[in-house]
Amino acid sequence: MAMKYIEEYRDADLARDLTKRIHRVSKKKLRLMEVCGTHTMSIFRHGIRSVLPDTITLLSGPGCPVCVTAQKDIDAFVEFAKLKDVIVTTFGDLIKVPGSTSSLGKEKAEGADVRIVYSIFDAVHIARENQDKEVVFCGVGFETTIPTIAAGVLMGIEGNLKNFSVYSANKLTPPALAALMETKGVEIDGFILPGHVSVITGTHAYCGTFEKYDIPSVVSGFEPIDILKAILILIEQNEEGRPALVNAYERAVSDEGNVKAKAIMNQVFELCHATWRGIGEIPFSGMGLKKEYQAFDAALKFNMNLPDVLEPKGCECGKILMGLKTPEQCGLYKKKCTPMTPIGPCMVSSEGSCAAFYKYS
Amino acid sequence: MTEEKVLLDHGSGGKVSHSMFSELILPLFEGPELSKQDDGATLEMGEMRLAFSTDSYVVDPVFFPGGNIGDLAVNGTINDIAMCGAVPKFISVGLILEEGFPIKDLKIILESMAGAARKAGVRIVTGDTKVVPKGKADKIFINTSGIGVIPLHVNVSGANAKPGDVVIISGTLADHGITVLSTREGLKFDSDIKTDSAPLNGMVHSILNSGCDVHVLRDPTRGGLGTTLNEIAVQSGVEIVIDEAALPIRGPVKGTCELLGFDPLYIANEGKLVAFVPEKDATAVLEIIQKNEYGKDAAIIGRVSEKTSGKVFLKTFIGGTRLVDMLTGDQLPRIC
Repeated sequence: MAMKYIEEYRDADLARDLTKRIHRVSKKKLRLMEVCGTHTMSIFRHGIRSVLPDTITLLSGPGCPVCVTAQKDIDAFVEFAKLKDVIVTTFGDLIKVPGSTSSLGKEKAEGADVRIVYSIFDAVHIARENQDKEVVFCGVGFETTIPTIAAGVLMGIEGNLKNFSVYSANKLTPPALAALMETKGVEIDGFILPGHVSVITGTHAYCGTFEKYDIPSVVSGFEPIDILKAILILIEQNEEGRPALVNAYERAVSDEGNVKAKAIMNQVFELCHATWRGIGEIPFSGMGLKKEYQAFDAALKFNMNLPDVLEPKGCECGKILMGLKTPEQCGLYKKKCTPMTPIGPCMVSSEGSCAAFYKYS
Repeated sequence: MTEEKVLLDHGSGGKVSHSMFSELILPLFEGPELSKQDDGATLEMGEMRLAFSTDSYVVDPVFFPGGNIGDLAVNGTINDIAMCGAVPKFISVGLILEEGFPIKDLKIILESMAGAARKAGVRIVTGDTKVVPKGKADKIFINTSGIGVIPLHVNVSGANAKPGDVVIISGTLADHGITVLSTREGLKFDSDIKTDSAPLNGMVHSILNSGCDVHVLRDPTRGGLGTTLNEIAVQSGVEIVIDEAALPIRGPVKGTCELLGFDPLYIANEGKLVAFVPEKDATAVLEIIQKNEYGKDAAIIGRVSEKTSGKVFLKTFIGGTRLVDMLTGDQLPRIC
């Protein structure tokens, strides 16, 4: 496996040089938000906060798909697991997320057939091998994942699989950024835009948000050098008063994005309203199955339409996702809420900001 | 314990395992040997000190590149005894077999157990075999226990780390865990990684008979180096700082970890030890380890600081610092 793309972007000398420049340029107090959970983890894992000047505060945004999944959707996954002759297939991160009364992990321990998959194609395979059972895939993802889910649905059609369906809790990034900017009390001086998502969407997907709010925005990769560079650009833009939308991840991201992936996504899915945990409903921020693919819609197939429920008392995940609070400002953090006994999803997901705070600081 | 049922996490070797041990198991079997929480118990019998240890193996799949559940089970117990500073002598083997398991496979496993014992100079002296109906166990589970003799001059324990100690790892990290993972159904990929499963009693013997001062020996198995260092930091009441750039990790292992989001600090090793030695003896001990056939990639990876936080920190590539916590959540069930 080629390590070139990892080692080059972890170069210690280059990192020191970027850090020095950040310290030299930074004068104003700035609040910069990394939108993607993978950025959050990389920032903590490489100790990036510890090398930044006091003027810079990094906020973790709503970019971990598990963290923004509404309680009612988690409850739906749990309900599927309780059904007889249903195999629930899911990405591993969802297993421990507590719903109102149970979690997929607890149901699994009780005997439910819950299987962790690394891709929807594994779920399609399981459906093919278990034609006497119903196989439901928990669709939780952003633009990075949605095209693969669409491809899974198309595979289901091709294989004439009548026992396969998808519960779509998928979400889109740009509408969430706009919703954040409209939220009272939210103070953000710049966005570190998600690299993986941008590979699919392309930089152009952020033009609307950027033009409307005139906010410094940089598409960034995930290695420490990438992130330090993005932070430096955001500081420079702020100090010079010249906001811009910059692609600093040119080795992976183009202006148009992955046209083929977007086409498959738009073939199978269409825009719909979506409920984001802690934020509420954001119009046209979700992706639901189009009418012609509704045979694969698990929510319709099993008539699963649960009411949204209040999040656990004291859980500040919503405010943390919007940068209004830090994990340490939540009364449950490290007391009742730990990775072993998570209350909110930000503590469960490996990319959640509370989990990152707990693990690395 | 807050959980009502046993979860996979309880077997991770990380935080949840520790809470089960300290809240459920330890209070019921309280005693000075168990309370020390070393890899094995040290038993005082008049003039003689014995090390006694047990371990069960449930690895899935049973066969993997570089080894199988059999040699893994023998080496694992040999290493646990060796980490007490003891010379391993005798081993017991308990087999739990699933009805229908091929005798041909069982023979291969038993042959590699015999081979591993021979290589390490220990004898398998007692055992037991049980068979359960098909579906009531998965192919084969093995328990091994072992006894070793601790030489008079030896005093190593996870509680002996001192400020200023140098931390040495005997070779590359995460090889075993990533090897087993690479053979798992649903995640198969080609690589030339193989398990590092090996007996370390020879290496330990060379270190302890060199005249060098050694405070701690531990094999970072389940839970990985990160968890082992945390255990030592707590047991000794010290703070440990390791250097990311110094950690020896093979390229394919590093690449696989990056791809799948695993941290090599928490992935199991089955043929590595970590040694805490005073600065004055660090180079000598490092050279002894490097001369051993299983220690060629040994490296100094950190130091014990003057602080007493009981925590472990990592100096990152870019010059930052971050906490290395004990493993929370099971990264990979049934890895050993």
